[in-house]
Amino acid sequence: MTVTASKPAGSGATPPPEPKPDGVTFTIDGIETTVPKGTLVIRAAEQLGIQIPRFCDHPLLAPAGACRQCLVEVWAPGRDGKVAKMPKPQASCTLTATPGMDVRTQRTSAEADKAQHGVMELLLINHPLDCPVCDKGGECPLQNQAMSNGRSQTRFVDIKRTFPKPIAVSTEILLDRERCILCQRCTRFSREIAGDPFIDLQKRGAMQQIGRFDADVLGFAGAGVDGEDGAADGTLAFDDRVFLGADIPVGPAAPTVDDDRSGSPFASYFSGNTVQICPVGALTGAAYRFRARPFDLVSTPGVAEHDSSGAAIRVDHRRGVVLRRLAGEDPEVNEEWITDKDRFAFTWQSAADRITTPLVRDRAEDGTRGELHPASWAEALEVAAHGLEQARAAGGVGVLPGGRLTVEDAYAYGKFARVVLGTNDVDLRARPHSDEELAFLGHAVAGTGLGVTFRDLEAAPTVLLAGLEAEEEAGIVFLRLRKGVVAGRTKVHAVAPLASRGLERLDGTLLRAAPGTEPEVLDAVGSGDLADLGAALGGEGALVLVGERLAAVPGALSAVLRLADRTGARVAWIPRRAGERGGVEAGALPTLLPGGRPVADAAARVDVAAAWDVEHLPAEPGRDTAAILAAAADGTLGGLLVGGVDVRDLPDPAAARAALAAAGFVVSLEVRASEVTALADVVLPVAPPVERPGTYVSWEGRVRPFPQALTSTAMPDHRVLDALADELGVTLGLRTVAEVHADADPLTGEWDGARVAAPDVAAAEPPAVAPGHAVLASWHQLLDAGRLQDGEPFLAGTAKRPVARLSPATAEAAGVLDGAPLTVATDAGSITLPAVVTDMADHVVWLPTASAGSQVRDALRAVPGDLVRVGPAPAEPVGPTDGTATDEEVTA
Amino acid sequence: MADATTLTPVLSDRWDADRPWDLRTYESRGGYRGLRKALTTAAADVVTTVKDSGLRGRGGAGFPTGMKWGFLPAPDGGPRYLVVNADESEPGTCKDIPLMLADPQVLVEGVAITSYAIGCHHAFIYLRGEVVHVYRRLLHAVEQAYAAGYLGKNILGSGYDLDVTVHAGAGAYICGEETALLDSLEGRRGQPRLKPPFPAVAGLYARPTVVNNVESIASVPGIVVGGSDWFRTMGTDRSPGHGLFSLSGHVKHPGQYEAPLGITMRELLEMAGGVREGHELKFWTPGGSSTPIFTAEHLDVPLTYEEVGAAGSMLGTRALQVFDDSVSVVKAVSRWTQFYKHESCGKCTPCREGTFWLAQVLGRLEAGQGTSGDIDLLLDLCDNILGKAFCALGDGATSPITSAIQYFREEFEAGTHTPADVLFPPERASLFPYTPRRSGQLAGAH
Repeated sequence: MTVTASKPAGSGATPPPEPKPDGVTFTIDGIETTVPKGTLVIRAAEQLGIQIPRFCDHPLLAPAGACRQCLVEVWAPGRDGKVAKMPKPQASCTLTATPGMDVRTQRTSAEADKAQHGVMELLLINHPLDCPVCDKGGECPLQNQAMSNGRSQTRFVDIKRTFPKPIAVSTEILLDRERCILCQRCTRFSREIAGDPFIDLQKRGAMQQIGRFDADVLGFAGAGVDGEDGAADGTLAFDDRVFLGADIPVGPAAPTVDDDRSGSPFASYFSGNTVQICPVGALTGAAYRFRARPFDLVSTPGVAEHDSSGAAIRVDHRRGVVLRRLAGEDPEVNEEWITDKDRFAFTWQSAADRITTPLVRDRAEDGTRGELHPASWAEALEVAAHGLEQARAAGGVGVLPGGRLTVEDAYAYGKFARVVLGTNDVDLRARPHSDEELAFLGHAVAGTGLGVTFRDLEAAPTVLLAGLEAEEEAGIVFLRLRKGVVAGRTKVHAVAPLASRGLERLDGTLLRAAPGTEPEVLDAVGSGDLADLGAALGGEGALVLVGERLAAVPGALSAVLRLADRTGARVAWIPRRAGERGGVEAGALPTLLPGGRPVADAAARVDVAAAWDVEHLPAEPGRDTAAILAAAADGTLGGLLVGGVDVRDLPDPAAARAALAAAGFVVSLEVRASEVTALADVVLPVAPPVERPGTYVSWEGRVRPFPQALTSTAMPDHRVLDALADELGVTLGLRTVAEVHADADPLTGEWDGARVAAPDVAAAEPPAVAPGHAVLASWHQLLDAGRLQDGEPFLAGTAKRPVARLSPATAEAAGVLDGAPLTVATDAGSITLPAVVTDMADHVVWLPTASAGSQVRDALRAVPGDLVRVGPAPAEPVGPTDGTATDEEVTA
Repeated sequence: MADATTLTPVLSDRWDADRPWDLRTYESRGGYRGLRKALTTAAADVVTTVKDSGLRGRGGAGFPTGMKWGFLPAPDGGPRYLVVNADESEPGTCKDIPLMLADPQVLVEGVAITSYAIGCHHAFIYLRGEVVHVYRRLLHAVEQAYAAGYLGKNILGSGYDLDVTVHAGAGAYICGEETALLDSLEGRRGQPRLKPPFPAVAGLYARPTVVNNVESIASVPGIVVGGSDWFRTMGTDRSPGHGLFSLSGHVKHPGQYEAPLGITMRELLEMAGGVREGHELKFWTPGGSSTPIFTAEHLDVPLTYEEVGAAGSMLGTRALQVFDDSVSVVKAVSRWTQFYKHESCGKCTPCREGTFWLAQVLGRLEAGQGTSGDIDLLLDLCDNILGKAFCALGDGATSPITSAIQYFREEFEAGTHTPADVLFPPERASLFPYTPRRSGQLAGAH
């Protein structure tokens, strides 16, 4: 876009702007401008710095022209070429610029100015004057534009339309209908962006209002709202509530009032965005309502810690307390959207079980543990150093940093392991994992820099999701894919046992695969029925997106790489956790040094040893997470250094607990009390993301630095490790973020040596499924029982209800009716959830991995692909039998 | 003064027959000759005939019908649709419903010819849902036409296929707006669409679509049979043809008068026996409540699109509502405004909020409780709505107010001190005793 002042100033030295071939040249308020064809007048005006007031307009939503606030006077050339005034003022948010157009905004046109004042006055007649108690007051487009483009006094002396306020469209989102100016941003977002049209306009005229979809009114009650959970009569009542389908949140939306046509709650993972784009205070967040005034808040940019997307956020805090988080704007990453988890789940960082001082535990002679007691840093570091030294001498120390760390922390753990502990026994993967995955990461991910990007997602003609539920595991990836799908560019396919609601909203094609058979399906792409998909994956820009659950499927990641070789499609690995890609880059893996350098490569070791100023690095590839825990359990390893690991995330939590209990010495670096700290000998408190600066590396390979939001004395992991190393007589040089980067950045560039060879693991034979058994399928729900969602009941209320899914034939064989309780069991324990008969692979049962009442790894000690027993729940009592949360707790 | 104009019953020609809605009656009175002729003519020639006839849309806006058909893009192999707008809901407008009640076959024939001309194989008739009796007549007519081979596969052996769906709306004025109608027909909430794209490019199910009024389509068989020259023997050069003029209100013989365009209200009033005994004409609407009102001084305005427009109103739907001197213009305008307030779809601010406010101000004036600033307020509000709303319905809501103030300002001024019912006792205006069902809730009741 080029801008020419109406009166060219200065000398003629500046060459006239090159007319762009498909540019449109026109004037706004006498200023000539050239914009790309198809540009809306309101956008072109923005670029000139001319602000036209608006409400319904949003750059990422389709034009609506509903609020009429942005009216401008327009002159345009007619058929005869003469520029004539259009008879009516035009809505600049729907008007495309055409050559020769002469637009006059409120700055130069009395007509436009009067039209805008008129609309503003009308918008305000039914708007309550409750700005002093409204959350939006102080940051309200209606308030602001009423001041800039409205009358100073109203002429309305009549009776306002009123509604009782507010109604809860979900536990998280409240709606004050009388504040609503019906711009439809929320409904358009829900329909166009999220694909969750759970709210819509109802009634008409001045009584028009936003409301929820009413299943009763439309006679859908009893059937799944998404159409897939239709159930036989009489089998629906699993408990007191009518069972409306698995995708309906469990939360008890507040009792509704008057004639709001309320039905199912606003069950969208992206609902919080509607609060942010609401141009008035009609939609508010239950957690933030009445908590603060925007002008009292201090805003700090941040990066969301809940998934690997690296979404930009804004942290709003006041006097050291975070009050809310908003989506930040980053057109390359999350545009202006974030998931509800990114937005609302932040109270974990200030939970009551925060560890504020170092803790030290005394052990009796026989090794039995005493109580943890607070200690000074000096004491705790000394005890930790001494213990680690002894443990090192007693066989070595395994390091489990966890997958949620910043890249600085992960680097520090990797360097600490190698330099201080002299071992490669470091593995950030606190989830099912495999050697095949290590080879995959070393071959295709580590040190590859910025690869597939979000922009590539929305431009890709064909995307194959391999073991990835984009909506559940990386919400921003889902939104970008959906953007491409809605625009008609992208076709999505998924290898999974069932089509999730997320896949349906991507209009995706399911390549049905029971857990364990993914390699077979991936290898079949390009031949037979899947010949077309193979050809499509050969197209320019085609992508294969790999999720973390393929790590637990022997041969799957090998098949992915074969498929990429065969078709030319690019591969991206999209882990769930924010720290995983950074950890891979930083060398927090047993076979990889920073920058993707293989441990097994002598030249790589020399490289890193030189940078770290040590004589040599341990040459033996380290143990992985499971092996570290096993070695700690049997005494091969003398101790453990554990970062942010939730034991329930590990592939075998029971074995992990045993290992922690048996370990000779355990040092835990944690934000909050956990199962690890309960068994640790020394607990060193570390800072949560909001209290420290740092950097995440997103799944794209994009570096996402964020500043410290709150003043805090808490130290990040890398600084604690630096101090611990000092105590052990080693200088790590990782005290500050700047020091870490000075140390690490030279190593994280391109590694030009040999890469790890691609894995070539054979697929396992599918197990024979005996009657009464099924193959377990499982993945995490976005909102579940994870510890990073603690302390946020409003958010928890919008979680999907935990259910077990199985196919009609499997349900029949198991003797379970749709909606009836189903018990999934192994020798370790059982989980009972309502069964939802789903169109999916036979002989498979799906459970949410870590939802309330469904802690699969903990209760079953099983991972996807394992055989489990399925059958009707024992008659009494109905409910989970694994001792975890009951249904009542789910709704709390 | 030119020679007196006479009635030209074309559409209403069969209304006096025995069982005029029956297919046999229709056939015996020359029905389906137009379709037979059209099917032996090239589709493009049918379009040309209608273009040459100068037929203008009878739904109110008066857009040339043949030109509208010509806007369809060239066939691309995909479907294209004809949608007949039978959602007649404008206060005062009552031409399409009697037409479909008395002679639904002429509409069905028109649909068949038009569909053939524009290359459509599935046509829809979107009917106002409240008129269940008309809905039954239409369904029956379509059923009879199918049975007789005028619809369905291989119509009259021509190889041309056409299906017709009659759809009953759910009672919303906005669904008479063509894009809201299309949304409603698709099963969505009836609210006007953003244009462009226009329906001719992306209409029903995002396919090229022609939306025409009932009377326009019903006029097509006559044009095809009689030829464009015959059609042009009626009316004026720029507003040719015949049209239904619906006289209602304080006339001796209210009803449908089919006459050439260009007839004057004076002529029509004479045919209708004049204003009721003992009263004088006070004001009238040329085309329904959304068109600015006229007074006795406009009796000689030829009722064509151009000349009514030049006189400051719109021909609209030729819904000639007649009000005599017993009527309070303030009260009449207040009722119309309540209608617009009730029927505003809510999509855009000016119409949604503006009608809500206007109704309250008018209620105040009707009750004799207006303030001195209220008339200027009304005019300014109308100015803030007119041309600012999303669709034409917002504009229409202001027409009765601004025109009434233009001609009868003193009555609005009286609204600052005297209730309308005192100045104009309602019992004088009504033809028979009438007690409002919710009399207590009507503004100004006393």
